[in-house]
Amino acid sequence: MRARVFVTLKPSVFDPQGRTIAEALHALGYAGVEEVRQGKYFELDLATTEAAQARALAADVADRLLANPVIESYRIEVAD
Amino acid sequence: MRFGIVVFPGSNCEEDALHAARDLFGQDADYLWHKDADLKGADVVVLPGGFAHGDYLRTGAMAPFSPVMGPVREFAARGGPVLGICNGFQILLEAGLLPGAMLRNRGLKYRCEHVHLRVERTDTPFTRAARQGQVLRIPIGHGEGNYFAPPDALAAIERNRQVVLRYTDAAGRLADAANPNGSVNAIASVCSASGNVVGMMPHPERACEPLLRGEDGRVIFESIIDWFRSAGRRALQPSVGAP
Repeated sequence: MRARVFVTLKPSVFDPQGRTIAEALHALGYAGVEEVRQGKYFELDLATTEAAQARALAADVADRLLANPVIESYRIEVAD
Repeated sequence: MRFGIVVFPGSNCEEDALHAARDLFGQDADYLWHKDADLKGADVVVLPGGFAHGDYLRTGAMAPFSPVMGPVREFAARGGPVLGICNGFQILLEAGLLPGAMLRNRGLKYRCEHVHLRVERTDTPFTRAARQGQVLRIPIGHGEGNYFAPPDALAAIERNRQVVLRYTDAAGRLADAANPNGSVNAIASVCSASGNVVGMMPHPERACEPLLRGEDGRVIFESIIDWFRSAGRRALQPSVGAP
């Protein structure tokens, strides 16, 4: 199975990269883009065929390494 | 005293730290490889600057899993002095040995320059030779030194007096322009609740001789050498499982 892990800065944490990208978009004329938050995206190819196992393994990996809980949160999607 | 300077793949300030400890202060000093299973009798552990394991995921994210960090944690828990400089500070944060986390610098630029730092605590093993409120001029070199802690954690850090150094102007005054990276509360250095683990973004080992246009980093080395003379091994709790 494949697990997708989306790691994002918590809403309360300032994201200087996202801010800079938003400013670049404004300079390109995209006034309608009000704010940008940059994050990280991981695709994990897993040996298991059980969705619950895949989700648990992805959460373990995210907790242990992929995300820093002080500043980041994550969301997991599991697919075949 | 014996300095143990931990080398990870991607560390790049270990020679500077060794040079300072051995050549400038006449101390016994040697490297510890990140796969080492013990600290080889080190009296102080230094995690030097660089890019441990490449810093690819986050700065310092992989280093806590290096084998040597087991003995480092145990040494720290016994009261052993541990100093993390720059990437070493980032590693101590990721390892949970110090509170908080690092974000990209406010301006996104890598900042490599001398900064002024006000000494907030003189009762740690690494600042005991400094004066309270003393202003040090020491260089930084980092892209991710924007110290952050959530409001509750930050309040606890301040309440417990865990801030060791703050970015200030040359007169020791807090000023936004003197904060090179946007660190919350201008924090440049924090210590553990017990004070024996210290992380700092500035590089004291780069400010120990006139050739490098400044000697204010010497006080960090003088502090730990003085700590060892006066307390040293007697300050450590016995090892778990020791006879």
